[in-house]
Amino acid sequence: MEISMENPIKENMVLDSVIDPTLKKIPKIEAKKIKVWYDGFNAIKGIDMTIKPNTVTAFIGPSGCGKSTFLRLFNRMNDYVDGFSMEGKIKINGSNIYKKNVNVEELRKEVGMVFQKPNPFPKSIFDNVAYGLRIQGITDKKFIQERVVSSLQQVGLWEEVKDDLKKSGLALSGGQQQRLCIARTLAVEPSIILMDEPTSALDPISTAKIEELIFQLKEKYTIIIVTHNMQQAGRISDYTAFFYLGELIEYNKTKNIFTNPEKQQTENYITGRFG
Amino acid sequence: MNNIQKNRWKDQAFKYWGIFCTIIGLVLLVVFIGDILIDGISRIDWGFITDLPSRKAENSGIYTALMGSIWILVLTTIIAFPIGVAAGIYLEEYAKTNKLAGLLEINISNLAGVPSIIYGLLGLEVFVRIMNLGASVLAGSLTLSLLILPIVIVATREAIKAVPNSIKDASYALGASKWQTIWHQILPASGGGILTGVILALSRAVGETAPLIVVGALAYVPFAPSSPMDEFSVMPIQIFNWISRPQSGFIENAAAAIIILLGITFIMNGIAVYFRNKWQKKWK
Repeated sequence: MEISMENPIKENMVLDSVIDPTLKKIPKIEAKKIKVWYDGFNAIKGIDMTIKPNTVTAFIGPSGCGKSTFLRLFNRMNDYVDGFSMEGKIKINGSNIYKKNVNVEELRKEVGMVFQKPNPFPKSIFDNVAYGLRIQGITDKKFIQERVVSSLQQVGLWEEVKDDLKKSGLALSGGQQQRLCIARTLAVEPSIILMDEPTSALDPISTAKIEELIFQLKEKYTIIIVTHNMQQAGRISDYTAFFYLGELIEYNKTKNIFTNPEKQQTENYITGRFG
Repeated sequence: MNNIQKNRWKDQAFKYWGIFCTIIGLVLLVVFIGDILIDGISRIDWGFITDLPSRKAENSGIYTALMGSIWILVLTTIIAFPIGVAAGIYLEEYAKTNKLAGLLEINISNLAGVPSIIYGLLGLEVFVRIMNLGASVLAGSLTLSLLILPIVIVATREAIKAVPNSIKDASYALGASKWQTIWHQILPASGGGILTGVILALSRAVGETAPLIVVGALAYVPFAPSSPMDEFSVMPIQIFNWISRPQSGFIENAAAAIIILLGITFIMNGIAVYFRNKWQKKWK
């Protein structure tokens, strides 16, 4: 049972309501007929999705529904998972990232990622942010210095760490570590940032700071965030996609999803009646 | 006796059993070292280390055997370290997990358990005869390299496995290639573990006797090796040779040589522990 095959008309209707006709921007991300397997297990059963530039899209759904798997398709992080195989096309800025001879390293410079648990490298704060530049072969010290400072400023960490740039990134608090990880991602200047439950390991104050940051980052970046926190999805996202058992149940403006969901399943989930 | 009491009793019982077992090991070690020290410590002086072997026990020294062991150690390190570490990295990071990899893994673990004399026979056939290296330091080192390769590979893999996936993910997500991730993240983070494994493997190689005897190491060489193609002896063979002599002076010599060999092993293990601690401080 695949939505795209069974209900092509209905699927298109959802997409039409998502793409605002007044904004004639090229979609940032276009996923078509995506199916994913882990060995025998069919984790994603046929999903189409279009994501516009400079928006925040939240992926919600119960654990194991495929939302993280789907997110990790956009920077090909599933490539390393044993038994992973997929079907379908994902276009980013108009070109299929699963074509043969796509340079995965180049793709990941364009599509950054922030993980669930803050994972700074066991290096200094400075080296953490500079890592993405240095592995590109950039040696210009002044350039690296400037980019490190501006990245730390963007995430609001500069004032807190400017005197301790040589200190280990692991010496920071959890919330600071996560902002460091975001700064590290920004330093490479991606245009898309994937966030996989970025605040689930953080306290409410750190969470608020990250949410505020996401709101600001929308100006320059396209952001997709997986979250288990309904309020968070409601607060920060423009669009929300509800996943269940490997299928995209509903995808619409966040406002609509939370005030007037079309599907009963969506309503049950966001009101906490299941999941 | 209720359940809580029972569990507490079991807890205590196991604790004392553990203490007892630890003490057995320690007591045996202390008795052994003490016995050797009593027999040999008075024999150790500078001359014992710098003298060549002789027919007379009191004139005999371990110079040639010590130099042979050092040659073997250095060459074995040069050969086994890069090959073992590279193989470990390949198996852990590059090789796909399929049946073939599983088979390889089991076989490497099995190789670590193959009796060392078998490696000696392999070395004799391949290095000494087919490659025509003769009973040289190089042939001996190659043989010992084969012997410790499985240990080095397994240690490397374990050390790499201990590097958290989150670090690798972070590196890949920033656009790093596989090799960059290995070089900048995985190797620095696992270096302490790899080095510890390699040093422990080498300290095993230093103590090996059987494979070198098969390869053709001599019990008596009048000079220390000066090139990889020279004939050689090593400390354990020298010790074995002295112990089998009837004169009591040689028994004393053997004890003294054992002390020095033990000293070398202790120092190497000490270095391993030092590196591990230093690394942990830097990377945790």
